[in-house]
Amino acid sequence: MVTSFSVNGKEKTVQVDPQKPLLWVLREQLDLTGTKFGCGIAQCGACTVHIDGQAIRSCVTPIASVAGKAVTTIEGLKPESDEQHPLQQAWIEHQVPQCGYCQSGQLMSAAALLSENPNPNDADIDQAMKGNICRCGMYGRIREAIKAVAGSSVAEQFYDAMETNHG
Amino acid sequence: MGKWTRRAFLTTGVIAGGGLIVGVAMRPGNQAGELSDLLGDDGGQLVHAYVRIDSDNTITAMVPHSEMGQGAQTALAQMLAEELDADWNDMRIEEAPAIGAYSHYSLGRKYLLKGINFPDFIVPSVDGAMMKLMDNLGLQVTGGSMSIRMTGSLGMRVAGASTRQMLRKAAASAWQVPLKDITTDNSHLVHTPSSRREPYASFVNEVAKMTPSQTPEFKKAEDYKIVGKFVPRLDIPSKVDGSAQFALDIRRPGMLYATVIRAPVFGATIVSIDDQAARKIEGVADVIELPPAQSNMMIGGFQSSPAVAVIADSYWTAKKGRETLNITWSDVDLAARSSTDIFAQFAKDITASEERQSDRLQGDTPTQFLNASKVIEADYTVPFLAHTCMEPLNATAEISNGQCEIWVGCQNPLGFRKAVAEALSVDEEKVTLHNQLMGGGFGRKSRPDYAIQAAQIAKAVGRPIQLIWSREEDIRQDFYRPAIQSRFKGGIDENGKLLVWENTYVNKAEPTEAPLIPYAVEAQDIGHVSSPTHVPFGAWRSVDHSQHGFFTESFIDEAANATGKDALKFRLDLLKDKPRHLAVLKRAAEEANWETPLAKGRGKGISLQESFGSIVAQVVEVSIVDKSVSVDRVVAVIDPGLAIAPDGMKAQIESGIIYGLSAAMYGEITIQDGAVVESNFHDYRSLRMSDAPTIETHIINSGHELGGGGEPGTPGIAPALANAVYAASGIRVRSLPLMKAFSS
Ligand code: FES
Ligand code: FES
Repeated sequence: MVTSFSVNGKEKTVQVDPQKPLLWVLREQLDLTGTKFGCGIAQCGACTVHIDGQAIRSCVTPIASVAGKAVTTIEGLKPESDEQHPLQQAWIEHQVPQCGYCQSGQLMSAAALLSENPNPNDADIDQAMKGNICRCGMYGRIREAIKAVAGSSVAEQFYDAMETNHG
Repeated sequence: MGKWTRRAFLTTGVIAGGGLIVGVAMRPGNQAGELSDLLGDDGGQLVHAYVRIDSDNTITAMVPHSEMGQGAQTALAQMLAEELDADWNDMRIEEAPAIGAYSHYSLGRKYLLKGINFPDFIVPSVDGAMMKLMDNLGLQVTGGSMSIRMTGSLGMRVAGASTRQMLRKAAASAWQVPLKDITTDNSHLVHTPSSRREPYASFVNEVAKMTPSQTPEFKKAEDYKIVGKFVPRLDIPSKVDGSAQFALDIRRPGMLYATVIRAPVFGATIVSIDDQAARKIEGVADVIELPPAQSNMMIGGFQSSPAVAVIADSYWTAKKGRETLNITWSDVDLAARSSTDIFAQFAKDITASEERQSDRLQGDTPTQFLNASKVIEADYTVPFLAHTCMEPLNATAEISNGQCEIWVGCQNPLGFRKAVAEALSVDEEKVTLHNQLMGGGFGRKSRPDYAIQAAQIAKAVGRPIQLIWSREEDIRQDFYRPAIQSRFKGGIDENGKLLVWENTYVNKAEPTEAPLIPYAVEAQDIGHVSSPTHVPFGAWRSVDHSQHGFFTESFIDEAANATGKDALKFRLDLLKDKPRHLAVLKRAAEEANWETPLAKGRGKGISLQESFGSIVAQVVEVSIVDKSVSVDRVVAVIDPGLAIAPDGMKAQIESGIIYGLSAAMYGEITIQDGAVVESNFHDYRSLRMSDAPTIETHIINSGHELGGGGEPGTPGIAPALANAVYAASGIRVRSLPLMKAFSS
């Protein structure tokens, strides 16, 4: 079956089994390997991407359900320019990644949280991030990095700009 | 690359493009006598560190250690940069390729050298350093927290200091000025009187002709500018935008995907395979049987059952195919088929104590028990644990014209290469291994079973393949942290003094000192019995310390409780001759406000554990509401001698604590009918953001020998937690995981 959707702003058409999960289409067909496989059953969050701005687990999302939608992956998290997403900057500043394998998913979950709720409290952060396992245990740093961005003027400008760009 | 003389410890050479390479090879100077047999037939070059200076003055540290996420490569580069006086902004890191010249694998031979002592005066030399290296090496190759301790202090520093010394000489002779007037600064040579300044790269041709000193002068710790300071890890930017390449991200032209299933009951073989349904699935290319994988390496040797592989145009298709397979496995005759049987066997074997072997025997235990006014006894158990690295096991293999290339994230590149060569029955030279970043290692990626399978499949299908294990396979086919039972008996006199400590446990592994206690207890009898099970086991972050830390630090707490003394005070009184331990423990108590009582339903617990050369104390705070335990705060203090990368060390401690806490709260691999019950993160739980405590880490740079950071955070968390739970609830948890006694 042919499915069309956009990935990081570009139109894509793939010919695959409609049940094939988005994760494997991204990794195997579209060569976007930043999105990771960790469990395959929506338990770890390593495969988190955005569909129309919502964080979802791509390992359990059949490609057919993505038709006509806009997918954003870690590769498209930052805007077109060289600039980094404020969360990426904060991740570097707080030296968040250890092995780094879970971090694409962590960042995508955090970005979805902040775009909905620019000023999350600890409980909001727990709620948004508890689907993302980090076996290296960098939860404290992830939380600090999110808080550093939350409510900051740089983040607001960024999200304003995103809205203007992506309508 | 310049000429390597067989005997040279350090060598120099010019590389293409006009750069310089300086290598340090640590190997014994004397290849005669009893050492020669131990060095194998490769000539016995043992460990290498390299520095490369390119014509644009960038400096590359070539590091013989894999990156599991611990930041070891950055720390090693820091040590080199410090001694070389390099400009950190122009430093690069490369992992040394898995070829014989880097012979890291040979490090395992230290086991054979155990017990040989070398006089201190030879230690400052490179060959003395090598001896020391062999002597101190931990269990794994990248593991045992040894990369920084050994390669760093003995390899990178020598390479850096020696290169700097040669550069200064080269500049002095080029400028015709006295050597003493030449200093270095940020990868530049400086003539102090005239302020003349030129980059290192201008002198590389001269340096290439020199013979490096094996015993260069090192900087003084107080002059450090890079070591012990915050430097951003060089690998982090690529880990926030998806560009970091892990083994799973390798793509080869014409590559197919494969997944495997091995006998659920360890040791079973294949009776028959019904693969009709799998073969009908569109995209499935083949279903093949893989012969048993094995390796008799000294580190990471193992034997595992045959497997069935499904090969397809997508991992997802291969996995679907795998699910339709109908395989009949042979029956395995097992004495203990379930976890319950296994623990019953442990208890029986401890009670019988046949062929008990001693770890420590001192003082007169029978008499001290007679002197004791109170005797306490307790049995502890911990279950089998899987590693669950975030990145499921995978490897990509390509075989053509008799050459095998393999891309894998592993903790022992040369060992893997050897194991793959053996499995393919080819010479090692025919196998090229490209080690990749690892999405976690924790000890699991020191066993090459998955790399062997990838090579077997590539050979059978004649195309490049990427083998990906499902998470289910990862959890059910691990080399598990062994389950252990440990039995204690202690005797206390009427003044509350601990007189005697008796301990028998099953199945000793490494490090040998793990069950020993630092406390001044006069009579001690610590020993073990063997009680083998059919469950494959291997190194798990901090190895035996992870179990014995829980046992000994819980039982010492029980002893304190039995005397009515404060748990901290009780420990301090038994550590009078251990100033480092005392300092660490006191600092932790202070930072955690140990004295300040908590509200009802809350409690604090403390632990102290020395492992891999570092001493760590932890204080945990818990709250218990309606039988649900929440871990609120952990204060950790580590004395690693000197923290090369303090922020990296803190991150490692945080990481080790969360890893240990996941295990202490939830971790349990259950054996039923010979096979593992758990299968994925829903039933083999990992700590999540919402259950994670705040962690405060403090470092004491005592100036002692360097200790590790990757593992020492793990052992102390389970006992500190159990001790805190006791303080909060009066319930003594002697069996992990904790959630069996509480909900969470
Ligand atoms: S791989 Fe999708 S949630 Fe784990
Ligand atoms: S950084 Fe390794 S799993 Fe999160």
